[in-house]
Amino acid sequence: MKTKAKNMKRRKFVQKMLLSLTALSMPVVLTAKEKLKQLQKWILGKDYNPFDHYWGMGIDINKCIGCGRCAAACKEENDVPQAPFFFRTWVERYRIFHDGEVRVDSPNGAVDGFEKQNIEKGKVTIRSFFVPKICNHCDNPPCVQVCPVGATFKTPDGVILVDKDYCIGCRYCVQACPYGARFINPISKTADKCTFCYHRVVQGLVPACVEMCPTQARVFGEIKKKASPLVRFMRHHKIGVLKPALNTEPKVYYANLDMEVN
Amino acid sequence: MKLPWRNFPEQIRRLIVVWSFLIILPFFIRSLLIPADFGKYGHFRASAVEEAIAKEMKYAGHAICYDCHDEEVESKMVGVHKNVNCEVCHGPAAAHVEDDEIKPRAPRERDSCPLCHEYLSSRPTGFPQIISDSHEPMKACISCHDPHNPRGKEMAKECGGCHAEIASTKSLSKHVNIPCEKCHETPELHKLQPRLHLPGKPSKREFCGGCHDVEADSDIAIPRVELATHEEAYVCWQCHYPHLPEAE
Ligand code: HEC
Ligand code: HEC
Ligand code: HEC
Ligand code: HEC
Ligand code: HEC
Ligand code: HEC
Ligand code: HEC
Ligand code: HEC
Repeated sequence: MKTKAKNMKRRKFVQKMLLSLTALSMPVVLTAKEKLKQLQKWILGKDYNPFDHYWGMGIDINKCIGCGRCAAACKEENDVPQAPFFFRTWVERYRIFHDGEVRVDSPNGAVDGFEKQNIEKGKVTIRSFFVPKICNHCDNPPCVQVCPVGATFKTPDGVILVDKDYCIGCRYCVQACPYGARFINPISKTADKCTFCYHRVVQGLVPACVEMCPTQARVFGEIKKKASPLVRFMRHHKIGVLKPALNTEPKVYYANLDMEVN
Repeated sequence: MKLPWRNFPEQIRRLIVVWSFLIILPFFIRSLLIPADFGKYGHFRASAVEEAIAKEMKYAGHAICYDCHDEEVESKMVGVHKNVNCEVCHGPAAAHVEDDEIKPRAPRERDSCPLCHEYLSSRPTGFPQIISDSHEPMKACISCHDPHNPRGKEMAKECGGCHAEIASTKSLSKHVNIPCEKCHETPELHKLQPRLHLPGKPSKREFCGGCHDVEADSDIAIPRVELATHEEAYVCWQCHYPHLPEAE
C-alpha cells in the first residue's frame, strides 16, 4: 500500500513536471513563431526579400578575353584600394607548355589588361587561356566557420558578407579561404572581400563585374529557380568548380574549366 | 508566513547570493557585447546587411542609358559591340545619370581599344584581334571604326585593298591623315576597272605648295618652304616620296 501511494505521488510529480515544462517552453515556441514571421518580412532595397533568392555566378573560360574590365570595374564600384595587391575579383592567365610547366600570372590583377609576353626559344605553348577569379560564396564556407567573433556570415540568399564593425582583423578567415579571395583592407584594417555587389543585387541589378563583361563570360543569377540565366548556363555547359575536394561547395560555376586550374 | 529562505543556513544563503551574481554576470556582459540585432535573422548582426546595401552605386547599368541616348544605342544595338556595355568605355556613369552636367569620359585615344583587341595568344580563337603596331599605327581607331558600331572584315575595301604597299607606307608617314583622294582625284569606276579609269596624279609643284608654301593658307603645324626658291629646278616628288615624305 505504501508503495502505491508513493507511485501516485511520483505520477503526480511527473504530470506536474510535464505541465510546467510545456508552460515554461510556451514563450520560446511563441517567440520562435514570431521570429519566423519576422524573417519572411525582411525587406531590403525595393521589395527585396533575401529569403526568396539564392545567388550564384557562372564563368565561361572559353569566352574570357582577358581585358580585365571586371577587375577594374570592381575596384571602382566597391572602392577597393587601388594598390596592386587588393582585389575582390581578378583575372589569371594560364600558359601550359609542352614540357609540362604551367605558368600563371595576373599583373595587377588584370586591372590594366594583359600584355604580350615573349616566351623563351624552344618553349612550346600547348594551351593558354584566362581564368577570372572571385570569392566562391561557398555553401559550406570555411571562412565563416573560423571567424571567432561571428563577423563574417552567410546571408539567407547565400552571399558571404563581412561585418566591418564587428571584425577584429585577426586574419583567420584570410588564412582559411582556399581561394585567396580575402584580404585585410589597409584602411579599415578589417577583412574585405567580394559581396556579389550586394548593394546592386538588392536593387535588381547584377554585380559590376558581370555588367561590364564585354563577352558575357560572366553570368549571374538564381541557383534554385528554373527561369534564371544561371540555371540555363549550367544546363548548357559542363560545369566544374574550383577545388571540389575541399567540400566547400562553391557557388561560382566554371564552364570549360581546365584540369590545371586551381 | 515563513519563507523557505529562512530555513537555509546562513552560509548557504550567502553562497546563493554569490552564485546568482556569478550566473547573472556573464549574461550581463554578453548583453553589453552583443548588439541587439545580432541573431535576428541568423548568426550575424542584421544591420551589417543594411550597411552593406547602403553602399553607393557607381555603375548605372546599361539599361538606363537607353532612356536618353537613342542615337548611340540604336547604332550599337545592331552592331558587334551590342553586348559591350556603354560604361566599359565611358566609365562609371551613375553620377551622370543623376546629373547630366557630370560628363562621362569618351575614350578617343588609341590605347583604349587594344585592351580588348590586341592580339594575345591566350585569347579565345575567333575573337577579332589586331597587332596595333602594324594596324594603322598613326591614326586613332575611331577615325576608321565607329566605336558604337565598328566593322572589321566586311568594311568596304578602300584604296589599300589593292594598293596595300602604298597604303601601309602612308600609314606610317607624316602624311597619314591626308586621304588618297586629296592628291589623286579618283573616278568611282577605278575600283571596278582600274586600268581603264586611272586616277589623276599631282603634276605641279604648286600642288604641294598649297600646303607647304610659306604663303599657303593651311594648318600652322605644317612645315613651310619658300616655294619659289626651294629646289625650283625639280618637282617635289623627285626628292620627297609623297607617300612617305622625309626632310632629312
Ligand atoms: C537622363 C538622361 C540621360 C541618361 C539616363 C544618360 N545620359 Fe548621357 N547625356 C545626357 C545629356 C543631356 C548629355 C549632354 C549632351 C550634350 O552635351 O550634348 C549627355 C552626354 C553624354 C556623353 C557625352 C559626354 C561628352 O563629353 O560630350 C556620354 C559619353 C554619355 N552621356 C554617356 C552616357 C551613358 C554611358 C549613360 C548610361 C549609364 C548615360 N549617358 C545616361 C543625358 C543622359
Ligand atoms: C567600344 C567603346 C564604346 C562603347 C561600348 C560605347 N561608346 Fe560611346 N563613345 C565611344 C568613343 C570612343 C566616343 C568618342 C567618339 C568620337 O569622338 O567620335 C564615344 C562618344 C559617345 C558620346 C558622345 C558623342 C559626341 O559626339 O560627343 C555619347 C553620348 C556616347 N558615346 C554614348 C554612348 C552610349 C549611350 C553607349 C551605350 C549604348 C556607348 N556610348 C557605348 C566609345 C564607346
Ligand atoms: C571591353 C572590350 C572591348 C573594347 C574596349 C572594344 N571592343 Fe571592339 N569588340 C569587342 C567585342 C566583344 C566584339 C565582338 C566580338 C565577336 O563578335 O566575337 C568586338 C568587335 C569589334 C570589331 C568587329 C571585328 C569584326 O570581325 O567584325 C571591331 C572592328 C572592333 N570591335 C573595334 C573596336 C574599336 C575601334 C574599339 C575602340 C573604340 C573597340 N573595338 C573597343 C570588345 C571590345
Ligand atoms: C585607317 C583605318 C583604320 C584604323 C585607324 C584602324 N583600323 Fe581596324 N580595320 C581597318 C580595316 C580596313 C579593317 C578590315 C581589314 C581587314 O580585314 O584586314 C580593320 C579591321 C579591324 C579589326 C578586325 C580584325 C579581324 O581580324 O577581324 C579590328 C578588331 C580592328 N580593325 C580594330 C582596330 C583598332 C583597335 C584600331 C586602333 C588601334 C584600329 N582598328 C584602327 C581600318 C582601320
Ligand atoms: C580594284 C583594285 C583597285 C582599287 C580599289 C584602287 N585601285 Fe588604283 N589602281 C589599280 C590598278 C590595277 C592600277 C593600275 C596599275 C598599273 O597600271 O600599274 C591602279 C592605278 C592607280 C594609280 C596610278 C595611276 C597612274 O597614272 O599611274 C593611282 C594614283 C591610283 N590607282 C589611286 C587609287 C586610289 C586613290 C584609290 C582609292 C580611291 C584606288 N586607286 C583604288 C587598282 C585599284
Ligand atoms: C600628298 C599627296 C598624296 C597622297 C596623300 C597620296 N598620293 Fe599617291 N602619289 C602622289 C604623287 C605626287 C604621285 C606621283 C609620284 C610620281 O609620279 O612619281 C603619286 C603616285 C601614286 C601612284 C603611282 C605609283 C607610284 O608609286 O608612283 C599610286 C598607285 C598612288 N600614288 C596611290 C596612292 C594611294 C593608294 C594613296 C592613298 C593610300 C595615295 N597615293 C596617296 C601623291 C599622293
Ligand atoms: C593637305 C596638305 C598637304 C599637302 C597637299 C602636302 N602636304 Fe606635305 N605635309 C602635310 C602635313 C600635315 C605634314 C606633317 C606636318 C607634321 O605633322 O609634322 C606634311 C609634311 C611634309 C614633309 C615633312 C616631313 C618631315 O619628315 O618632317 C614633307 C617633306 C612634305 N610634307 C612634302 C610634301 C610634298 C612633296 C607634297 C606634294 C606631293 C606635299 N607634302 C603635299 C600636309 C600636306
Ligand atoms: C632637290 C631635292 C628637293 C626638291 C625638288 C624639293 N625638296 Fe624639299 N627638301 C629637300 C631637302 C634636302 C630638305 C631638308 C633640308 C632643308 O630643310 O633644306 C627639304 C625640306 C623640305 C621640307 C621640310 C622643311 C622643314 O622646315 O622641316 C618641306 C616641307 C619640303 N622640303 C617641301 C618641298 C616641296 C613642297 C617641294 C616642291 C615644291 C620640295 N620640297 C622640293 C630637298 C628637296
